[in-house]
Amino acid sequence: MAQPGNKPVFAPWNDPSKKPLIQFKNVTKKFGEFVAIDNLTLDIYAKEFFALLGPSGCGKTTLMRMLAGFENPTSGTILLDGQDIAKVPPNKRAVNMMFQSYALFPHLSVANNIAFGLKRSPMPKQEIPARVEEMLRLVRLEQFANRKPHQISGGQRQRVALARSLAKAPKLLLLDEPLGALDAKLREDTQFELMDIQEKTGTTFVIVTHDQEEAMTVASRIAVMDHGQIIQVDTPDKIYEYPNSVYVADFIGDVNLVKGRIGASDGEKYSINWAEGQPAIKAAGPAGIAPDTECHFAIRPEKVAIAMEKPTDKPNALQGRILDIAYLGNVSTYHVELDNGIIMKAQMANNRRISRRDLTWDDHVWVSFTETAGLVLVK
Amino acid sequence: MNFRRLFLIATPYFWLLALFLVPFLIVFKISLSDTAIAIPPYTPTLDLSGGWASIKSFFSELDIENFIFLTEDSLYWKAYLSSLQIAGVSTLLTLIVGYPIAYGMAQSSDSWRPTLMMLVILPFWTSFLIRVYSWIGILSNEGFLNQFLQWIGLTSEPLTILNTNYAVYIGIIYTYLPFMVLPIYSALEKMDGSLIEAAEDLGCSRLSAFWLVTFPLSRPGMIAGCFLVFIPALGEFVIPSLLGGSGTLMIGKVLWEEFFNNRDWPVASAVAVVLLLILIIPIILFQRNEQKQREADQ
Ligand SMILES: Nc1ncnc2c1ncn2[C@@H]1O[C@H](COP(=O)(O)OP(=O)(O)OP(=O)(O)O)[C@@H](O)[C@H]1O
Ligand SMILES: [Mg+2]
Repeated sequence: MAQPGNKPVFAPWNDPSKKPLIQFKNVTKKFGEFVAIDNLTLDIYAKEFFALLGPSGCGKTTLMRMLAGFENPTSGTILLDGQDIAKVPPNKRAVNMMFQSYALFPHLSVANNIAFGLKRSPMPKQEIPARVEEMLRLVRLEQFANRKPHQISGGQRQRVALARSLAKAPKLLLLDEPLGALDAKLREDTQFELMDIQEKTGTTFVIVTHDQEEAMTVASRIAVMDHGQIIQVDTPDKIYEYPNSVYVADFIGDVNLVKGRIGASDGEKYSINWAEGQPAIKAAGPAGIAPDTECHFAIRPEKVAIAMEKPTDKPNALQGRILDIAYLGNVSTYHVELDNGIIMKAQMANNRRISRRDLTWDDHVWVSFTETAGLVLVK
Repeated sequence: MNFRRLFLIATPYFWLLALFLVPFLIVFKISLSDTAIAIPPYTPTLDLSGGWASIKSFFSELDIENFIFLTEDSLYWKAYLSSLQIAGVSTLLTLIVGYPIAYGMAQSSDSWRPTLMMLVILPFWTSFLIRVYSWIGILSNEGFLNQFLQWIGLTSEPLTILNTNYAVYIGIIYTYLPFMVLPIYSALEKMDGSLIEAAEDLGCSRLSAFWLVTFPLSRPGMIAGCFLVFIPALGEFVIPSLLGGSGTLMIGKVLWEEFFNNRDWPVASAVAVVLLLILIIPIILFQRNEQKQREADQ
């Protein structure tokens, strides 16, 4: 998603000859008895746009703070460019961080906040104003240069914090929810600006976000975290299409999860028994799952088709009744109650006007999907 | 106009009038009078029974002669200047002593802070007079301090500290330290710790992060503390008379002597009025600082 198809694929994580820029090796961080980061191992490569995704309190900020040098791991090592950074103080690391709380200096103007890091860098004094100007333009705050942080809005403050961390053009930039307070339009623009900066400067970005769409848009890879552990690290499309667990499937995007047991299997093809008196679901999954294993069948709503008549060309077809229709503009989500009470969501693009659509509440319908549309998950 | 609101506004003004303005007017009136061997020891006194004529003669007897006298005798302006100097120097010293204390308190862990705060205000639990007296025991030639210095062999002769300006400085610093520590502490305490992290992240060492972030952000607290020490120290009377020597010239002491030794109430009142006028400037500046701070906090 982040890489246009006509360029050589950027995938250093698949290239064993590439050395990672950042290596977490069995890192554990405890606050007293509380384990915030739990034996975490992770490689991040130079020029990546690496997104951390996870529920509140799962340790994203803690991970960032260890990279920036504000926390030291309780055990394990963090290598930056192959060097252990445990002993390197924050001001000696080629890392800049944008704080979740912004941490703007209240006694300095917007321009001086942005210039703060530059003044402490080898940059010649006379070049600083131009760089500050450039940053102000980037975040569209030119006319607020002389305001103090308490005289601007929350979203503007966020942009100052972003500009301040970008100004020094560090080797590694840590952004802790950099765009959360911006409106949709400005957020999208800023996302593209960030990708642009990344492309131009080759800076490595690690970004925390609560917005999956944002992660999908900007990231080269996404790490999904839970309780201080990384559940899956992969490219956005892989994370979405091939989640390795129920947790990831459920966390990223919308998904139908059906609990069942493995029945017959043929290589990577399984049939899943999921309800008495219902035909088994035929689906693909990793090879070698033993029969009778408890599992989940996961399928994205947009891969489920919905029709009045029973389709003949799909190996899986289930009957149900429309319970609810959520109209989202470009798409509609149909909540279909299957005969045994399970609810399955099916999504259809609204390429016709409302008046022309034929499905409505309480209609008896068929939902159907191909063998490869869903996934068998055992975790 | 809403009666309730009027009442709410009128109450503080009434107290201000009763407790500040009326006494000031009385003192001001005395400063315009002449000494007399009488009770009270000045003339004229207002006698309303005499009617309009006596009120007129009362006003005609008031003059600014006492103020002119203050400018003629060098004792007074020397006392003012020396008070300003002593108050200024001791305010600065209190700041130097108080800042690290406040900083240490703000850096300490949450569980320690209430205890430290308690220690700072603990001295207020005993009488100010007793505490100043006890410094005599510490600073005198045979006092604890000299005994200690001689014991560790730093000096062979006792140092003369008591009854010099040094003792006055020590007394003022000791007495007013909490007034310096508390506002600085409150400024430091509400500072967001991530600001220091941000400064370090942007390339500051610990020390420069302190100078560039912590120090400027605690400035309003320092200013408040300085005024809270300077204003009362300027008119201080107890400390210079107990700890200071015959050479210590402070306007508070002069005031006392005029009132009670010379029984020259009019001149004493004039001294007091001038002292108040001198203090009005820092008081207004102090109010400004507070106002600005409130605006910034919003
Ligand atoms: N200094 C600390 N002392 C004790 N516990 C802490 C400390 N810092 C973080 N924690 C705990 O560690 C866990 C992870 O915190 P962290 O700030 O990394 O979460 P997060 O993933 O960034 O969450 P959010 O999305 O809400 O920002 C939380 O449960 C938090 O309470
Ligand atoms: Mg966080």
